[in-house]
Amino acid sequence: MKQIILTLTLLLHIEAVSLAQSDARGLEIAQKADEADKGFESSKVSLKMILTNKHGQESERYLENRTLELHDDGDKSLIVFNSPKDVEGTATLTFTHKESPDDQWLYLPSLNRVKRISSDNKSGPFMGSEFAYEDLSSQEVEKYNYKFVKEDNVNGTAAHVVERYPLDPKSGYTKQVVWYNKGNYRIEKIDFYDRKSALMKTLTYNNYKQYLNKHWRASEMIMENHLTGKKTRLLFENYRFKTGLSDQDFSQNSLARAGK
Amino acid sequence: MTRTKLLFYTTLFLLLSYKIHGQEKYSGDFSLKSGAEDRFFFKDGQYDGQKRNYLSVSVQPEYSLRWNDEKFLLKVTLFGRYDQHDQRRTHADIRELYWQMVKNNHELSIGLKKIFWGVTESAHIVNIINQTDVVESFDGEEKLGQPMIHYSYQSTVGTLDLFYMQYFRKPTFPGSDGRLRTPFVITDDLIRFESDLEEYRPEVAIRWSHYIGKFDLGISHFYGTSRQPLFNDLQDFQPVFAVINQTGIDVQATTGPVLWKAEAIHNRNDILDFTAFAAGFEYTFGNVNGNGLDIGLLSEYLYDSRDDLSLSSLQNDLFAGARFAFNNTRDTQLLAGVIIDLQRDTQLASVEANQRLGESWKIELEGRFFINTSAKEFIYFLRDDSFVRLAVNKYW
Repeated sequence: MKQIILTLTLLLHIEAVSLAQSDARGLEIAQKADEADKGFESSKVSLKMILTNKHGQESERYLENRTLELHDDGDKSLIVFNSPKDVEGTATLTFTHKESPDDQWLYLPSLNRVKRISSDNKSGPFMGSEFAYEDLSSQEVEKYNYKFVKEDNVNGTAAHVVERYPLDPKSGYTKQVVWYNKGNYRIEKIDFYDRKSALMKTLTYNNYKQYLNKHWRASEMIMENHLTGKKTRLLFENYRFKTGLSDQDFSQNSLARAGK
Repeated sequence: MTRTKLLFYTTLFLLLSYKIHGQEKYSGDFSLKSGAEDRFFFKDGQYDGQKRNYLSVSVQPEYSLRWNDEKFLLKVTLFGRYDQHDQRRTHADIRELYWQMVKNNHELSIGLKKIFWGVTESAHIVNIINQTDVVESFDGEEKLGQPMIHYSYQSTVGTLDLFYMQYFRKPTFPGSDGRLRTPFVITDDLIRFESDLEEYRPEVAIRWSHYIGKFDLGISHFYGTSRQPLFNDLQDFQPVFAVINQTGIDVQATTGPVLWKAEAIHNRNDILDFTAFAAGFEYTFGNVNGNGLDIGLLSEYLYDSRDDLSLSSLQNDLFAGARFAFNNTRDTQLLAGVIIDLQRDTQLASVEANQRLGESWKIELEGRFFINTSAKEFIYFLRDDSFVRLAVNKYW
């Protein structure tokens, strides 16, 4: 009896250890990916978003994004909408936080009004696209639990496959499977699993370019929704880093100015 | 706007534009919104000349020029409407025409601007800088450009805004053929000022605003000519624009899916001192169908110590409404609500909906319904003015 208990305990212990190891390895990969991109200070980029419905009809949106890198807290970002024309000048300011909910403001040009909005609804679509707000917000390491799964080949390169589980109960996902490039830790692909644990979307990163000899950025991201057959392509143009942006460029005043 | 003032701003604009050519990198952006609409009133008007159906067209060109790494900005927004019947609603305005300079935490603007203060949805009590374009919109959200010098300083302990103004914009009220009006037509010469300087009396305003965690807070003070006429007697209905001292506070707490909102003012003047406030919440059920539909439930309580002398008739009222945002490619939105008078039977129901058509068109629907309007309130004048408005806008 004693023997059995001992064996069981040992077995459980081994099981626990191997789980913990796989957690540690997954976390380590996520941290390395984060580390590999540190030091860009700030960035500016122009985006073109192409929405395709299940009948293949396309519509386009243009956006500008500015990001300020922070180390003690999550990044700050400012997005300005340039098209469709009826929302031109609308802008959002987001202060992401590593653990607490993000702070977010919306600027409405028709009223010249800056409105604090709830960042609670992160699973909703961004501008009618297949990207949810949470897909586009700053990916802080602390926002997930990790589990290393396997080594794999994707986009023609060797990759670490890591599962990550959102800690925020408001997330629209139960699980994301991330393919990290083995050489430089950039993300090659993500599978998103919805609240029912069904494969919902796949995000593919294409045409990576390296900036300042360090920072890898995909020139194209494609999000495919497997449930609806809809697709959104994001094209990035004119990436600039270390742009001299500082805290004062991410205030409510700057939000209103950027939006005008 | 008087001709001299217009000339002054045009000259200022040209001078400033001229200076730009010395700079190397500047980027300009022009856009235009044009629209056609029909307002249909369910009942015949109570006053002579009023019609049931009003067609109108509008145009709003906008130009912005930025230079010197976006540290300088020149912004122009013009607006014009032609109304089929109401000559007073056929109007034009300079919504914005200002020059702005930014240096580190300092921001300085000179010219006609539009400023918004406040947090609540059913009434904008704290918001005072701009005169309302009365003929343009029922909800008072359309504003006339206000000439000003505006300085803003942002620091780690909040943002400080200082305003100096020296020209009051007289509101334009509907003409004799127009709807949503008082029994007599309020023309420019009927407008009286308390100050001998009339519309040229200097005005100042100050506002401090900040956000701390979940809270956004603003405290403001305005000393100048009231944007709304004040009355101390219902019989003597002459619009007098008094000199007022108005202190305001607005606060919002953003907690998960709920936004808690409150704003209040205290207004001191020689005609009738008063206090007003609005407080409530907005609860959003996000992505309810997994397809992006957000449903927001809103409720706000509205109070005004002027009671029957309150121009807005929101003296003891409750607003309840629902907002639907579909977050689809067409950006379909709908807001429906009702303001219920807790003392009288008056109810004002409204619905606002809009949706994009294709890439650059937008269709808008607005409905306002006066129900059981009490004879004791100002809006009794409008009791037969329930209407729907359908507008189609094209963006260039």
